[in-house]
Amino acid sequence: MTTDQDYVRHLSDAQVSVELETEDMTLNIGPQHPSTHGVLRLVARIDGERCYDIKPVIGYMHRGYEKLSEVRTYPQITALVNRIDWVSGYANEIPFIVAAEKLMEIEVPERAQYIRLILTEMARVSSHLIFMASYPLELGAATPLFFALRDRERILDLIESVTGGRFHPNFNRIGGVKPNAGAGPTQKKTPQDLPSGFLAETRDAMDIVLASVDELETLVAGNEIFLARTKGIGVLPPEVAASYGVSGPNLRASGVKFDLRKVEDYLPYDRFDFEIPVGENGDCWDRWWVRLAEIRQSATIIQQAIDSLPSGALQAKVPKIIKVPKGETYVRAENPKGEMGYYLVSDGGLGPYRLKIRSASFSNISILPWILEGALVPDLIAIMGSLDFVLGDVDR
Amino acid sequence: MIEFITDLFANFWVSLGGKLLLVALMVPLFGMVFGFAEMKLSAKMQSRIGPYFAGGRWGWAQLIADGVKFFQKEDLIPAAADRPVFKWAPIPVLVGTVALFVVIPFGPGLIFYDVSVGIFYALAISSLSTIGVLMAGWSSGNKYSLMGGLRAAGQLIAYELPLVLAVVGSVILAGTMSMSGIVEAQIEAGYPYVIFQFVGFGIFMIAALAELTRIPFDMPIAESELVMGYVTEYSGFRFLFFFLAEFANMFTMSAIAATLFLGGYWLPFIPESTLEFAGPVILMGKVFLLVFTMIWFRWTFPRLREDQLQTLAWKWLIPLALINIAVTAVFKVAF
Repeated sequence: MTTDQDYVRHLSDAQVSVELETEDMTLNIGPQHPSTHGVLRLVARIDGERCYDIKPVIGYMHRGYEKLSEVRTYPQITALVNRIDWVSGYANEIPFIVAAEKLMEIEVPERAQYIRLILTEMARVSSHLIFMASYPLELGAATPLFFALRDRERILDLIESVTGGRFHPNFNRIGGVKPNAGAGPTQKKTPQDLPSGFLAETRDAMDIVLASVDELETLVAGNEIFLARTKGIGVLPPEVAASYGVSGPNLRASGVKFDLRKVEDYLPYDRFDFEIPVGENGDCWDRWWVRLAEIRQSATIIQQAIDSLPSGALQAKVPKIIKVPKGETYVRAENPKGEMGYYLVSDGGLGPYRLKIRSASFSNISILPWILEGALVPDLIAIMGSLDFVLGDVDR
Repeated sequence: MIEFITDLFANFWVSLGGKLLLVALMVPLFGMVFGFAEMKLSAKMQSRIGPYFAGGRWGWAQLIADGVKFFQKEDLIPAAADRPVFKWAPIPVLVGTVALFVVIPFGPGLIFYDVSVGIFYALAISSLSTIGVLMAGWSSGNKYSLMGGLRAAGQLIAYELPLVLAVVGSVILAGTMSMSGIVEAQIEAGYPYVIFQFVGFGIFMIAALAELTRIPFDMPIAESELVMGYVTEYSGFRFLFFFLAEFANMFTMSAIAATLFLGGYWLPFIPESTLEFAGPVILMGKVFLLVFTMIWFRWTFPRLREDQLQTLAWKWLIPLALINIAVTAVFKVAF
């Protein structure tokens, strides 16, 4: 016999059993994990597949470059700084060298500036190609990796032919770019120029990159699953991005049209015609698309620069022993990962008194606890990958 | 002498032993053939060379070398693992695969045991491997493995239903659940069922991919998220079991699909008298075609999210499969 009262009691029982007490799990992602881009560690509270209270733990790759540069001379420091963001090593040297030149009031020859610009843009293309390679892989598609790395290898070969290094060129000198091969008392001081054929090959390589970017776009962007995994995921509104100091393609994907290449004058970007691609929604898809569009823009910048490359010296007149006059300056540049700046304080010695490095990835990953709150584990990987950080750039 | 051999095989135990030996040989054989095919095809798709040195030519011995390597590895069991469950977990996975070979007709009469409810048996036994996966995930004492195991269980519930429903169309057309009976019905009808059951075939292949946990449905393994999912903690020959089971399962799932929808060991315009010998070759050809498609998907698509998979299964595949059954049944009765 079931009375109404029994029925009501039964209902209340049912309700209690629905509200199960579940225990949250603390998941430790990294420092050894396939998709944390190195040694980033995240500690997350997991409820089912949802993540809460994400705490990034950084510092596993701290190499102390800021402190080290206080005991190095200026020419030695370029070897250190191109190890900060190792996938675009060349681009890291530029703001530091420009800062030192600014304090020394050295006018860098046009040709050297153009070569710097070409190599910086090549570093940007290679860095973005790494992103094009690794991002679909994080979503499970392995093939774009090989397509992108194949063309990146072409660019690295070209960089190597000029600078001698694939990852760590160490090609800049204060006052220009590395002028002599083995300048010593016994050798003739013949100024060394770009290797023959470099310009034509780079031009061709950029055509190939443009074609392969189209190929990547059809392979990845034409895929329904890729769209489903990235559209509307990890939306980063422009105000939030700006307040966390997010910069570079991540900021532009949120719709902010801000590019230091148009604002600052560390390299002669104002002479070239290029656009700043911006996203609409600030989701993972936009961050992917902005980088794709930037590869195209960079390729056209390189081709324009090759066409209008002026002749002349590669090196300005500089004293034999480089001492930077007393003073301080801040130079920032648009690196592939975002804004990279060096605050250089000199007391007139052989090395900096203090060098503060503002690296892009460090500020970019400060958004992680905000943007990952409540995300599913697969989305956590998708969002983290779309921010495109490098741990060397985070920890320095 | 020949008489002696036929007499010998007439003995139940000898014939059973022979069949068991054959199945035991087939699983690693197909595992290796498809593993190698995947290596070479993926290399082709990614402008690489793939295995090249092992064995001297095209690296044909690569998988054998890998197998030997796995046996040499230490059989690591994590300290936090539930030891007996951890040790036994690969067995249901492999059994779920091996037992499927029993009902696949390789030719007329060439079947290990013609169960009258063959397809029913096949679908039931194939879910057994998920129990092994869940055991592996639970017992590893690793949070990533646990998540992988639970994802696999969720996937099973979502995908077993479309898999079963997709088959019903062919069963209605053939009027039998016996695997060889379905092939014979297709021979009699003179066309492979895929012509009218293309919806069922599509759903079956999608669900089979999910069952095999291959990309785009490899969430239980999901290298970039869960490290290696439920197999994270496995090494040595226990890992080899999971690996073999995956590739042998590719064969069995493709063979079932070929039997149900593509006419099995039969091809139009090939005289039936030759099927005794041509049958296995024809079936293998069809299986290779389907396996190639699976490998092609694997190296083209990204991975879906678990909730997207559930949406796909419950909102699209199951209603579609039900409509397919209704339409097939109406046509069967009407014509």
